[in-house]
Amino acid sequence: MTDFALFDQAIARDQRIEPADEMPERYRSTMIRQIAQHAHSEIIGMQPEGEWITRAPTLRRKAILLAKVQDEAGHGLYLYSAAETLGADRGDLTQRLIEGRQKYSSIFNYPTLSFADVGVIGWLVDGAAICNQVPLCRSSYGPYARAMIRICKEESFHQRQGYELLLTMMSGTAAQRDMVQDAVDRWWWPSLMMFGPPDADSPNTAQSMAWKIKRHTNDELRQRFVDMSVPQAAELGVTLPDPELAWNASRDHYDFGQPDWDELRRVISGGGAMNEQRIARRRQADTDGAWVREAAAAHAAKNLEVAR
Amino acid sequence: MAFDDAYSALTDHDDDARWAYGTGFSDPLASVPSSVPADVDGADLSLYCLMLGDDALILSHRLQEWVTRAPELEDELALANIALDLLGQARLLLSRAGVASGASSLAAVEDVLAFGRDAAEFRNVRLAERSDADFACLVGRLLVMVTWRLAAFDRLASSRDPMLAAIAAKGVKELTYHRDYAAQWVVRLGDGTALSHSRMAAAMAELLPLTGELFATHPVEARLAVAGVAVEPVSLRAEFDGVMAQVLEAATLDPVLPGPPVAASGEGAGRDGVHGPELDEILREMQSVARAVPGGVW
Amino acid sequence: MTRHEWPLFEVFVRAKRGLNHVHVGSLRAADHEMALHHARDLYTRRNEGVSIWVVRSDQVAASDPAEKPSFFEPSADKVYRHPTHYTIPSTVPHI
Ligand SMILES: [Fe+2]
Ligand SMILES: [Fe+2]
Repeated sequence: MTDFALFDQAIARDQRIEPADEMPERYRSTMIRQIAQHAHSEIIGMQPEGEWITRAPTLRRKAILLAKVQDEAGHGLYLYSAAETLGADRGDLTQRLIEGRQKYSSIFNYPTLSFADVGVIGWLVDGAAICNQVPLCRSSYGPYARAMIRICKEESFHQRQGYELLLTMMSGTAAQRDMVQDAVDRWWWPSLMMFGPPDADSPNTAQSMAWKIKRHTNDELRQRFVDMSVPQAAELGVTLPDPELAWNASRDHYDFGQPDWDELRRVISGGGAMNEQRIARRRQADTDGAWVREAAAAHAAKNLEVAR
Repeated sequence: MAFDDAYSALTDHDDDARWAYGTGFSDPLASVPSSVPADVDGADLSLYCLMLGDDALILSHRLQEWVTRAPELEDELALANIALDLLGQARLLLSRAGVASGASSLAAVEDVLAFGRDAAEFRNVRLAERSDADFACLVGRLLVMVTWRLAAFDRLASSRDPMLAAIAAKGVKELTYHRDYAAQWVVRLGDGTALSHSRMAAAMAELLPLTGELFATHPVEARLAVAGVAVEPVSLRAEFDGVMAQVLEAATLDPVLPGPPVAASGEGAGRDGVHGPELDEILREMQSVARAVPGGVW
Repeated sequence: MTRHEWPLFEVFVRAKRGLNHVHVGSLRAADHEMALHHARDLYTRRNEGVSIWVVRSDQVAASDPAEKPSFFEPSADKVYRHPTHYTIPSTVPHI
């Protein structure tokens, strides 16, 4: 029997690991990192679309977008909550984010240039997120798996509202159709990158699969996403910007070209168009809000004294 | 696990559909008659709905600006919820304004009004368009505006216009929460640290003297009040003053006298379409996409 | 390491009348009033609840997973507590 016999047994039987269980330190730290990066992505992910709330061209779209961006804040909180069950502290995780010590999804370092981007983000970015996240509903860590179930359910509205917006715009003016195509051209490749580097360059995948905190490889998920998106693009009447995209009957999948992996590395390590601005926005909110949080804590402490 | 469709994949291992989807959604306005009562002047009713609708639309815009920069993530959600409630009220009221003025295409009337009018046609009070210097100004202004609005909607719930009455009755529940949220924050900041106390005191000292315009009676309000449709704003004063006094006391802030019941500046000010540069700034942003694509559908 | 300014609260939601409150997650708040507000905004945005409890996380006492055998297993062999333990002829009605 190893030190973690119960842990190993639970993993082998496909049972969930729960907060108070004994677990290998590396499982705990991997889980905290994965959940925190995911939480940061939800929070940073509010910004690209958040910029369009005040500019949404109809009141219905304004309400939808506001509710969607609000959901992303909720997702971040569900996830920070899961990370805190492992002994992480949200204040500390926030600090790591705004000091650039912990990463978030590189997709949010691209700028949103038109309102069509709101639709394309819903369709492709939330769509890719769903592909990534549905298997995580079976993550071996219980609180994370439960948070993912709730998140995935909420995400499904995100993807559908985006696609519906694009459908509507495609039925509009020629200028609107051009806006949609332009947004698709800009977001397609970054969306494919959301699944991470190719399996051959993804050293941690094996351990993550063994621990059942990851259920499919990056390349499997990417293939899945391409297969789902191609008919949706056709229905919409847009072209996906990949000349290599073609049905392969022998594989029963679409063949597709490789994203520019150098670009992914560049964006992840801070070279994206928006990296600095995204982090600066969070840092500013944290700094500007410090006096408010302190005041609330001070008021609560006073009330506690009165109650005694 | 099914993999193509997030919906079916999720039902695999969670048969408890109530989480995250919720149950029991309904439209409380579905059965309300939409015709304007025969003895009510449609143009007056339309203008009155614009006043109440524009207050909500513009205040919602100011709240939307706080999304991604609130002091804490939980408050980002709270402010978004309040902004959504107010946006919902604005949509109903603008639609009502459209119906009352005899607009033909109902579907888009809220958007025609929100995106097609220039500043001089907006009827919100000037207080709604102010930008917030800090979180104390945000919660102070929210408290002032929703306290007034809750008092008004409470009475409008028995308006002789059935649609306005239904919109108000629905809004009362929302505004009760908004007022509670804002009041709690004013108290926390007032009775928090020395720094937060001084900021909250400064915000209230600046805001309360500007509240006069909320209580100035516009001729449209006067006529509709006689018809049993609208509420005379001056009749809301006692409740408003009472709430302010109570919150300021709990917040250990000095009482501040609200301004006299007159329009802020200019003839009739906001209710007559006389606004400051801040509304221009809001509309430039709010209407930018809608106006940039003529004939666009969204 | 920066600690968070506000304590952690656990949130329990009753989805509708007739059901128990169920643990849904946690949040940060300065006090109980704020925790209730935040729970409402975070966990019941889609009509998921009719009642909310919040409890400070550091006030929750939990059983120790290491004691699971002594805590929970002794009840596993008391099959006579379950109705299916008893054989009744199918001809007997209402039982
Ligand atoms: Fe999300
Ligand atoms: Fe999303």
